[in-house]
Order: sequence, then structure tokens, then C-alpha cells
Amino acid sequence: MNAALTDLGPYLALLLVGFLPNEIWRMLGLLVARGLNEESEIVVWVRAVATAILAGVIAQLIVTSTGALATVPLSVRIAAVAGGFLAFVAVRRSVFAGVAVGEAVLIVGASVLGR
Amino acid sequence: MAAFLRGLAAAWSCVFAYVLFGTYIGIGALGHDFGFSLGWIALSTLLIWAAPAQVILISTLGSASLIEVALAVSLSSVRFMPMVVALLPMLKDAHTRPRHLILPAHLTAISAWVEGMRLLPREPRGHRIAFFNGLATGLISSAVAGGAVGFHMAAEVPTVFAAGLLFLTPLSMLMSIARNSDALLDRLALALGLVIGPLIAATKVGLDLMWTGIIAGTIAYAVHRLREAMR
Repeated sequence: MNAALTDLGPYLALLLVGFLPNEIWRMLGLLVARGLNEESEIVVWVRAVATAILAGVIAQLIVTSTGALATVPLSVRIAAVAGGFLAFVAVRRSVFAGVAVGEAVLIVGASVLGR
Repeated sequence: MAAFLRGLAAAWSCVFAYVLFGTYIGIGALGHDFGFSLGWIALSTLLIWAAPAQVILISTLGSASLIEVALAVSLSSVRFMPMVVALLPMLKDAHTRPRHLILPAHLTAISAWVEGMRLLPREPRGHRIAFFNGLATGLISSAVAGGAVGFHMAAEVPTVFAAGLLFLTPLSMLMSIARNSDALLDRLALALGLVIGPLIAATKVGLDLMWTGIIAGTIAYAVHRLREAMR
């Protein structure tokens, strides 16, 4: 633990550099959303932007993985997503089926090809 | 109250309750390894309620300067602003007081947002805030529980299993959003974001998620408008 953290204490640090910088975006959203209704074109556009940001987060988590996931080769990660998505489409758009198959491909692939 | 309970029940029938449990096993184990207490980890889930921001906070708080930590956390959470702007108009009606929207805004996270956007249109407008609060309460409870389990099994998680836990988030996000996307607009935004995201990240311009959202979201919106106009 560095000096700054010891000075502040972990709980104060959580509030000041964890909670506040994170929460500010939600509260800004609250301010911006005032007076907007669902049908307004700006809300339709913002929904598309939010969806695209989430897609970007998904791509980032798969392509530039960190921690334990980084030990699994990229090819295995991509094959696992593709396999999972195919299962999702095949089994009446079931998220449970897609996640199960994707995880199975990842774990089998990592065990065979990893290391 | 009935709407709150309906939301709570809906949380347990969606994939995210289980995915969050798994994801937060990873976060609980990480927090344990970096020397945080179980109470601190639970509080960070309740206050931050964003897995990427929590991973950044836990792994950098001991080493980076406080300003750097705050900046990294904040950059990872820009997504909440458009998410809240898209969600709140669905929740409110003519009688809604602004302060009633503070809790739903705080509880907005990817999981609750994706499920909320799918389920809220089925709820009568006056019940939507309670329903959403119930849904998000169910999901956050699962995350807190997962964190506690991870904290206790920290040292015993094998690497392949840990990789599997981390992989739950992108897999379930992708398919849940795909399932919600009946409109061309959503499908296009999802597909374009998946392709444009890594391309922008590779250019290293910074703020890549924000640019991905604006560029891919705007193209999707433009195509949607063009098609509406041609009808």
C-alpha cells in the first residue's frame, strides 16, 4: 500500500477515487435525461451510441484480455465466442445455451492449446 | 411493492444473475489478493457497481497515484452517461419526481440496463421505477454474494477456471444485447461497435470507447433514419 492510501484509509479512498469519479457519469446522465422522452430523436441516437459502446467493451474484453484470460490464445477466445454465438442462434436465441457452449469451447481449447 | 418483487424475480430468471455471481467471484478473489477486506469489497460493489472500474480500483490503488486511479476509473465508466440518458425516459411519467430517479440512475449497470430495456416496455408506466429497482437489487445482490465467495476461495482458483470466469462477461453481454436487438438500429450499432472498437483501439487515439460509441452509433442511426425516410 502506498503512502497516499495509508493516509486516506481504504474506505475514504474508495469514496474519493472509486465512487465519485464513477458516479459522476450516472448523475450527468440524470441531468441530461431531464425533459427528454422516449420517442425524441436524441434518445434514439443516444441508445445507438450506448449499444455501440457496449459492443466496444465486449470486443475489448475478448481481444485485449487481461489477467488469467490473457493466458488463453486469442484464436481460442475468438473460436469460443463464435461457437457460443452459433449455439445461441441454433437454440432459439437462448443466452444460457450460448454462454455454456462458449465457456466449454474456451476451457477445452485453453486446456489443449494453452501453455 | 408488487412491481419491486416482480423485478426481483425477473433478476433470477435472467442469465446475468449467474454471470455476475461468476464475474464477482473473480473480483472477490482479486480483492483478497490485493489485501482488501470483505466489507470493503462488498461496499465497492454497492457504491461503484461496475466490474471494470472495480478491477481498476482494486489493482491500482496500492501502486498508482490517487489522481491516476480516479482518472482511470472515470474513463472506464463514461458508458453510464448514454445508458442513463436512454433508460430514464422509459422509467418516468408525468408524476415522477426527479429524486425518484436517483436510485435507478445509480443502479444502472450493463446487466440491469440490458434486461431493463427488454422487460420495461411490458410493465405499466407507473410501476417501472419499482420494477427496475427490484431487478437491479436482485442483480447487485448476486454480485455481492459472488464477491464473498471469491474472497474466501481466493488462492484455490485454478488459472483455466479464472479465465472462464472472466470470459462470462463478454459472452453474456454479446448474446443478451443480440437477443434484445430486434430493430435494425440496435443490430447495426452492435455489429459496427464490435468491428470499429478494436480498430479504434489499435490507433491509440485514447478515449477509444467513446469514439467507438459516437462513430458506430451515429452510422447506425443515420442508416436507420435513411431507411425510415425511404418508407
